[in-house]
Amino acid sequence: MALRAARDAAIWGGVALAVFVPLIGLQAVQDIRGELRLDTRWPLLVVLVAMVVGGSLVNSLLIAPWRERRGRRVPHENAALARAAAAFGRWFPPFAVGFVIVFPFLALWLTGMQGSVKWIDNFGIQILIYVMLGFGLNIVVGLAGLLDLGYVAFYAVGAYAYALLAKEFGFSFFTLLPLAGILAAFWGIILGFPVLRLRGDYLAIVTLAFGEIIRLVLINWVPVTNGYAGISGIPRPTFFGIPFNASDEGFAAVFGLEFSPIYRGIFLYYIILALALLTAFVTVRLRRLPIGRAWEALREDEIACRSLGIDTTTTKLTAFAIGAMFGGFAGSFFAARQGFISPESFTFMESATIVAIVVLGGMGSQIGVAVAAVAMIGGTELLRELDVLKEVFGREFDPTQYRMLLFGFAMVLIMIWKPRGLISSRAPSVFLKERKAVAGSLVKEGHG
Amino acid sequence: MDIFVQQLINGITLGSIYGLIAIGYTMVFGIIGMVNFAHGDVFMVSAFIALIAFLVLTTWIGIGSVTLALFIVLIVAMALTAVLNWGIERLAYRPLRGSFRLAPLISAIGMSIFLSNFIQVAQGPRNKSIPPLLSGEFVLMDGGGYQVTLSYKQIMVWVVTAVLLACFWWVVSRTALGRAQRACEQDQKMAALLGVDVDRTISITFVIGAALAAVAGTMYLMYYGVISFADGFTPGVKAFTAAVLGGIGSLPGAVIGGLLIGLVETLWSAYFSIDYKDVAAFSILAIVLIFLPQGLLGRPEVEKV
Amino acid sequence: MAVAPPLLRVEHLTMRFGGLVAVGDLGFTARRGEITALIGPNGAGKTTVFNCITGFYKPTEGRIAVVHGEAGLWDELEALTRRGDRHLTLANGGLFLLERMPDHLVSRQAKVARTFQNIRLFSGMTVLENLLVAQHAPLMLASGFSLLGVLGVASYRRAERAAIDKAKHWLALTGLLDRADEPAGALPYGAQRRLEIARAMCTDPVLLCLDEPAAGLNPRESAALNELILTIRDRHATSVLLIEHDMSVVMEISDHVVVLDYGVKIADGTPEEVRNDQKVIAAYLGVADDEVEAVEAEVGL
Ligand SMILES: Nc1ncnc2c1ncn2[C@@H]1O[C@H](COP(=O)(O)OP(=O)(O)OP(=O)(O)O)[C@@H](O)[C@H]1O
Ligand SMILES: [Mg+2]
Repeated sequence: MALRAARDAAIWGGVALAVFVPLIGLQAVQDIRGELRLDTRWPLLVVLVAMVVGGSLVNSLLIAPWRERRGRRVPHENAALARAAAAFGRWFPPFAVGFVIVFPFLALWLTGMQGSVKWIDNFGIQILIYVMLGFGLNIVVGLAGLLDLGYVAFYAVGAYAYALLAKEFGFSFFTLLPLAGILAAFWGIILGFPVLRLRGDYLAIVTLAFGEIIRLVLINWVPVTNGYAGISGIPRPTFFGIPFNASDEGFAAVFGLEFSPIYRGIFLYYIILALALLTAFVTVRLRRLPIGRAWEALREDEIACRSLGIDTTTTKLTAFAIGAMFGGFAGSFFAARQGFISPESFTFMESATIVAIVVLGGMGSQIGVAVAAVAMIGGTELLRELDVLKEVFGREFDPTQYRMLLFGFAMVLIMIWKPRGLISSRAPSVFLKERKAVAGSLVKEGHG
Repeated sequence: MDIFVQQLINGITLGSIYGLIAIGYTMVFGIIGMVNFAHGDVFMVSAFIALIAFLVLTTWIGIGSVTLALFIVLIVAMALTAVLNWGIERLAYRPLRGSFRLAPLISAIGMSIFLSNFIQVAQGPRNKSIPPLLSGEFVLMDGGGYQVTLSYKQIMVWVVTAVLLACFWWVVSRTALGRAQRACEQDQKMAALLGVDVDRTISITFVIGAALAAVAGTMYLMYYGVISFADGFTPGVKAFTAAVLGGIGSLPGAVIGGLLIGLVETLWSAYFSIDYKDVAAFSILAIVLIFLPQGLLGRPEVEKV
Repeated sequence: MAVAPPLLRVEHLTMRFGGLVAVGDLGFTARRGEITALIGPNGAGKTTVFNCITGFYKPTEGRIAVVHGEAGLWDELEALTRRGDRHLTLANGGLFLLERMPDHLVSRQAKVARTFQNIRLFSGMTVLENLLVAQHAPLMLASGFSLLGVLGVASYRRAERAAIDKAKHWLALTGLLDRADEPAGALPYGAQRRLEIARAMCTDPVLLCLDEPAAGLNPRESAALNELILTIRDRHATSVLLIEHDMSVVMEISDHVVVLDYGVKIADGTPEEVRNDQKVIAAYLGVADDEVEAVEAEVGL
């Protein structure tokens, strides 16, 4: 075994050396005259190659044997594990909901007025937006088994619908929220209708293409969307007509408080929390309705569905439209929160992140999706904060640069670690005597 | 008419690059049924390798002959990109083989994010441009102020693409390796039972795909003279579009799809609006798939009940 | 006993795949309250006939008609065919031209249900869920196309309870009641076959098409299956169209047998008539008609 480990380490070291010599050891930099010249970074090269070799050794000497042992052990404690998982499934959601409800006050209490802005806004709201998007896409990918790589299109439709209508006609946020959702659902149906006949990866690529088309239109249709420059000055949501600003009619003044941006933050936090909970609630309900069962059946076996009288096209379309609607809600919230939107916010990276959240969470599992969103979004936000790294790697080290690098690498590692996502078992929608979770290996992933 | 001929020439050049990348997508899809999302970024990384190899040759070693330099750059880029893609397959895709179908796709998306950010961190976020090479051109038509030209660079792209495609074609249709590949495509289990080393065949598929992407990357760098860490995504998506358009799994389809996408893009830019050229390319994809779901040269999928 | 009226009539059915004629000019009738068996050697085109009947394949040529209720509706067949409509529904029955209907409507409107040769269960869903999916159309209506269902109205909850009761009825008949909460994919093979039949029955079919239901069953399971099929015929007003290779099953339970060979009908009659038909024996032994006796002597029949 040691021999094999050494051989593997040598191979990986060789690969790393081959790739890193040009890309790390050498760096093409522009000099003052604008010409490219080469800098060298041999010490860094040595460190990185050594890290790769070390990683390979750790993997083959420690991690791989450990995984193998665990893989052999699993059958014995399956029952206990299943019971623990069931208990977790029962107790976790109420606990988590309770926690997110008190979270802003917890943050206020622990970090004070100034410090909590960051926690409520950057973490709370940001994560909840992705939780909501994950729930929405979960209907399409997790339940109906249709791989949609252009989900961000509906997010964009919602955002631009709110931004344009609010600026143009001055409608309030709560009037436009349903409207934005309906518009997004409408787009879902328009885009879905021609493509839902497609099978498998074709669906994925066409949805990706549609996502890109919508983004390109947003960039190029300058008279309406203002192109790359985006739309700014989008009206913010008000508290029953009371704006959150420093004026005399503002929220703080009316309630006799000292002005602070934190009030708006808390208000927005509860809006998105309510939206996310609504999405979760509707999804849970839908799963127990014939439509939800038909979605899951579609994921399992489309041909059998048709033999049972299920119209697969409309069933897929409803999944697409409802998923799109929640995307539209999230989009209009996003526009209202930012006050500024541009096509930059609706790139393929967003779609990929949302799909990753759904798959990492475990397809179809709401808890899984929420946990994955917290881990992925919270984790990358946290990297912004880690000043500790500065101490380790020196002053000029900028952790934010490595954010997406680590994000990507973490996606690969999590998939290798848990290919079916964090929560792979499926909770049945109905039962006669006892609700037994269905093992992930039996659940199909759909063909789309 | 003149404009049309000129755009035809430009379109074929661009299309050759797409076609080379598309082969990598289509081969991997054919053999393991996976959309290798990171392939566009592999292409981008190869262009960076080519850039650095080129700088080593010109600024450090001082090679005078551009042709020789390009030849060496091409070989180096192909070799190193192949090694990179071999490593990616081993690390990110092989452990997921035979498991959940979406897992490799997500892993590939993660890899794609990783690669582009790796280049951003390692080589800096700014565009890198090299001085123009091979700057001559032939004037094919000269009618009243508008010249139709065929530049040396374009000839180079055509010749290199044609030669490499011919080699590639020979490998997949005439050698034992090509047979093993086709066998794995049909039925991996059966191929393994008959003594085909499936793992190795898949590895080699990734290696070949990467080498062709490196050709595309080198050509892209020489032709446009500029590359940035973000340049993997759009050509990658378009090449994948080309692969699907041609019929995914079909090698000639990938090349034809690439040429078509290149032509659509350049002709659209010339006659309609350059802003919407990508919209045109993607719309063509959507339209073709809706009316011809198996692509142009793909085998129609029989629904067995 | 008077002859029962026809339920399904297949006329001049032809299905070509490129150059291959999988079914050629086939005609037969399945009568109400009977078990009609469709037999033939491997590749004879039996499954293809099922796929044409249930709308999965569009036949190259031919007419496939089903009548519910009033048998007199058969007189409308020519008029309906000429009109170009898919079906004619009256208060006391309906006439359906299956070759014009998409697959899901064949099940939903014409009430023809089927099972598959390679079992197609929703393996990640529980046994009970499988049976509820089969009742999609009525439940969808009861849930107000999900709008009322999301609000949790009582009428939907009642409909769901009724659906669960129907599922329980079929689970009891197929001996799966104890396993209702297990995932379908975890059931043993024989149970999966029975579940597929139960699922098809939950769509309230007038005609149930079974594609090799006894394949892979042991003798005891096979005998139980015979009982089940007879129960379906006798107690549930559902006629059965059966593809089966196991001759003991076919001879024991079917009322009428149609034999296919290379897509062409070579015999049609009662089990006794078919059993003694020279052409059938020749087809099964894979020899020309005049060699049958020699081969039979050889194998000791
Ligand atoms: N979708 C299809 N495309 C092309 N050929 C098909 C298709 N479906 C069936 N066939 C061909 O039609 C012929 C009849 O097949 P079918 O499955 O109907 O036979 P079968 O009688 O059910 O045989 P078995 O007893 O083996 O199930 C076969 O030669 C088969 O290959
Ligand atoms: Mg068959």
